Amino acid sequence: MNKVRVLVGTRKGAFILTSDGKREKWDVSGPHFAGWELYHLKGSPADPNRLYASQISGWFGQIIQRSDDGGKTWTQPGTPPGERTKPGEQPKGESNKFVYDTSSETGKPLTTHQFYDGTQHPWEFKRVWHLEPSLTDPDTVYAGVEDAALFRSKDGGKSWQELSGLRGHGTGPKWQPGAGGMCLHTIILDPKNPGRIYIAISAAGAFRTDDGGKTWRPINKGLHSQYIPEPTAEVGHCVHHVAMPRSRPGLLFMQKHWDVMRSDNAGDSWQEVSGDLPTDFGFAIDVHAHEPETVYVVPIKSDAEHFVPDGKLRVYRSRAGGNEWEALTKGLPQRDCYVNVLRDAMAVDSLDKCGVYFGTTGGQVYASADAGDNWAPIVRDLPAVLSVEVQTLP
Amino acid sequence: MIRVILPPHLRGLAHVAGEVELDIKGTVTQRSVLDALEANYPMLRGTIRDHITQQRRPFLRFFACGEDLSHEAPDAPLPDAVASGAEPLLILGAIAGG
Repeated sequence: MNKVRVLVGTRKGAFILTSDGKREKWDVSGPHFAGWELYHLKGSPADPNRLYASQISGWFGQIIQRSDDGGKTWTQPGTPPGERTKPGEQPKGESNKFVYDTSSETGKPLTTHQFYDGTQHPWEFKRVWHLEPSLTDPDTVYAGVEDAALFRSKDGGKSWQELSGLRGHGTGPKWQPGAGGMCLHTIILDPKNPGRIYIAISAAGAFRTDDGGKTWRPINKGLHSQYIPEPTAEVGHCVHHVAMPRSRPGLLFMQKHWDVMRSDNAGDSWQEVSGDLPTDFGFAIDVHAHEPETVYVVPIKSDAEHFVPDGKLRVYRSRAGGNEWEALTKGLPQRDCYVNVLRDAMAVDSLDKCGVYFGTTGGQVYASADAGDNWAPIVRDLPAVLSVEVQTLP
Repeated sequence: MIRVILPPHLRGLAHVAGEVELDIKGTVTQRSVLDALEANYPMLRGTIRDHITQQRRPFLRFFACGEDLSHEAPDAPLPDAVASGAEPLLILGAIAGG
């Protein structure tokens, strides 16, 4: 029987939740890295025992952790416990070294971005928001960072190099931080086209490369953000998250700051599909593993009030690719609930029926083993949940 | 031997339980202590001072012999008591956060 492993990043550590394919009884391990912020953990599709984690502290900065045994043990890549640097060896301890590229002609910063006050500001590394392992190579992993840039490691996380064509393609000076910082939070690898990668940045928008990361272009046509000077600008949109069904690459769903959007042409153009949602503000969005037109969002009251509306925790599901939404409430609190669900805190497994999972800022992780019809908490009292990812294991 | 006391989270990263002891040849300075610390425990690189600028991370301080040495020059000799191993160099995290 299949197993499911849920990787949960929280404000105070990581937790790993495991169950069999019934998804009724769960084992909880953790906290791993107790006391640290775990922005994101994700497993390699090519080797499910290979996990990567982004571990952060306001005091000590960024740490990258890697497990080669499904989360039982962890090391910082390149620095196993007790291993010391010897003279003449390659430098070690660089798994947390994220250095932005500079201009090859001048040696100066590649570009600047717009700061909160409208002035131009240099890029400064703050943290890794999202780790996306390669679909085919366990040692290759992408990192989306704040200030927004895309890095790649080809040696299992020991060292990182920027794919600077993204920052350098020309629109960088128009990017600006959202309230959570100027973060690259979404990385989607196309399973049918190895050269195609989608990324999204708050607040710049969505971007796509078709040549493995050398060249990039904004894909924001059709987005309308009335709170920016040019509501239909090429960049500057606060995209919160993007999801793509593995079963239909090129179909994209986006939760923007306000508005839920879809694209049927790999982001070349977008249409709003918020339809009858009670509010179209939100962060998380994901797609059913087998039904590419079945989409899940968690509407949040507003950008001023980051909690679910009316004190009711409701996942909304559309089986029509948007516009028509139904509230999923069975097993979820329907009074006095004021939690948020952050952008990377929803995921699906690939079992039949599809399992859907999400974590809240109140520390609950909910699971549905029937595509959202019924929900139950796996755990209720974790620290605030920052991210949820799921692995379906043989 | 130079003695260094790390904050708890860095002890966890370095897989050490108590004080760290370092053998340093030449003048004992903040820089030479941190160089030796990072050479012996490369998992600490970037956590105490920036990889590139080598600047102390803002929420960390260096103390020894009851004195805050955080703003001393990196190449200034540390107190004799630290150099002799009589007193440890303390790396402290600011009391902040939630």
